[in-house]
Amino acid sequence: MTPSRPLLIFLLLALAALAAFPLVGEEFYQGLVTRLMIMGIFAMSLDLLIGFTGLVSFGHAAFFGLSGYLLAILTPEYGPVSIWIALPLCLAGTALAALVIGWFSVRTSGIYFIMITLAFAQMFYYYFNENQDLGGSDGIFIFFKPSVTIGDFQLLDLSNHNTFYYFVLASLVLSYVLLSKILKAPFGQVIRGIQANEARTLALGFNTRKYKLVSFVIAGTLAGFAGFLEASHGGIMSPAHLGWHESGIVMMVVILGGMGTLYGPVLGAFAMGFLQDYFQELWSDHWLLLMGVFVIAVVLFLPNGIAGLVAQLRRGKGGDAP
Amino acid sequence: MDFVTFLIQVLNGVQYGFTLFLVASGLTLIFGIMGIINLAHGAFYMIGAYICFWLFGITDSLLVAIMAGIPIMFVFGYAIERLAISVLYKRDHLYQVLMTYGLILILNEMQKILWGSDFYSVPIPEVLSGSIPMGNQEYPVYRLFVSLVCMVVAAGMYVVIGKTKLGMMIRAGASNREMVQALGINISRVFAVVFSLGAALAGFSGMIDAPLSSVYPGMGNYILIISFVVIVIGGIGSVKGAFVGAMLVGLADTFGKVLVPEFSSMVIYALMALVLLWRPQGLFGRVT
Repeated sequence: MTPSRPLLIFLLLALAALAAFPLVGEEFYQGLVTRLMIMGIFAMSLDLLIGFTGLVSFGHAAFFGLSGYLLAILTPEYGPVSIWIALPLCLAGTALAALVIGWFSVRTSGIYFIMITLAFAQMFYYYFNENQDLGGSDGIFIFFKPSVTIGDFQLLDLSNHNTFYYFVLASLVLSYVLLSKILKAPFGQVIRGIQANEARTLALGFNTRKYKLVSFVIAGTLAGFAGFLEASHGGIMSPAHLGWHESGIVMMVVILGGMGTLYGPVLGAFAMGFLQDYFQELWSDHWLLLMGVFVIAVVLFLPNGIAGLVAQLRRGKGGDAP
Repeated sequence: MDFVTFLIQVLNGVQYGFTLFLVASGLTLIFGIMGIINLAHGAFYMIGAYICFWLFGITDSLLVAIMAGIPIMFVFGYAIERLAISVLYKRDHLYQVLMTYGLILILNEMQKILWGSDFYSVPIPEVLSGSIPMGNQEYPVYRLFVSLVCMVVAAGMYVVIGKTKLGMMIRAGASNREMVQALGINISRVFAVVFSLGAALAGFSGMIDAPLSSVYPGMGNYILIISFVVIVIGGIGSVKGAFVGAMLVGLADTFGKVLVPEFSSMVIYALMALVLLWRPQGLFGRVT
């Protein structure tokens, strides 16, 4: 997982650009970039499953949305909730959900796995969609961003746009570092072994089912973290956040960016975000039609995503093989 | 619950199960034989319902609308198979999911462009619009009619798959694709026929359901997810499994709504989880 030198330079440049953005960008675009960074974290978490463990989860949005709903439930009507309470509870809640769903799902593979993760995610969708106490299909508002205080001292004011932006940026970097550490660790080697050849990994004496479950829980929890940020950022959680369209979009983001690389999904999030904006401008009523055509085009012509394209171009120029 | 209510719920559950079976059987065959996960299958159900609504507007007869609609669906399925699905046979499931997801987006928007976002209804034909008295309650004739027609279709499928040459090819294809090819059968033609038949079945289900459920955007999404549950319960590739799964889900959903209304949307998923605990490959699935 050690990135090559040009890649490292590119990542540092991108990071510098993101860090400098609030100094020059308009507030609207700052909000958009915040959202895209959150999407990047979400997509990275899915990549751990799709790109590294070989588990095609089509219900990943369940954890994203569940965490957001937990934050909405925990936030009182007339004031913020402390992040020290909200964040651990949101993460624990999603981890538990991922543990239960994962326990059932990793017993299967292939098409079964795809359908079961989707079905469980839709179960959450219909639950929140029909629960009128939580706003039903309209969703539920989160009026206050969580407070970050120690005693009476306010450590961070997340309701400030710039502070929240840097909070999300730090979260993105942290998630990246955390995931690359996990992938470098023996655990990461085992799950990549599962992706390459599960039977062989099993024969080597690893309990592959257990490893897949742990990977599923880590990915679900990280998706929950992204959902926590999204709910704080957007101030609203609706069933759409955990529906299959969201799961489809995030899967698309991972493929578009390039699965099996951690930075790819982040690139994908930005590419997809700007593309979505562009399509909406182009044909506001039926932009999803353009998106559908684009999705099919990526499957046909860009199966390894942007990261794969870059690697291919470099190979073509006589650069080093990946 | 008194006996009459119980009976009515059983009839409702069976009727719902039959509708599900028509969608799920095509889906499970497409999985089993072609190895394709087709998310757009629910969209076929929706398109069927819209075609029924459209043709009913022209012909003013549900029977004619359905009779004309089925071949349209068959041709439509054939076109989708040739244009989009056929490039997916050698690709990973992940890309099948994405491609058919893209297809859903396109088909849903096409539907909105053609028919807008309104809800439409198709009236029940007059001959079938009555009700049968049952104790102190009544049961609509049309629902019985739907169950009956679906039963005939299911029996027809049983004969086609069990007794005909095409059925032999389908069964052989489901158990060993390479061997069928080696025996000189044009497997890609079998694929195209199976896919088109699946599309026609799903479309037919949408057409016959249109007078009961009304016609609206996104109506295929729900049925697709439930069909997945049916297939997971029954076992991928097994038509018998799809039938048993559809009946179980239909009855569980119907009785769930009556007995535990606040958790009704979760009952079938709990059922799925239970079956998975017991048999991860589904009731009639083969261990791979």
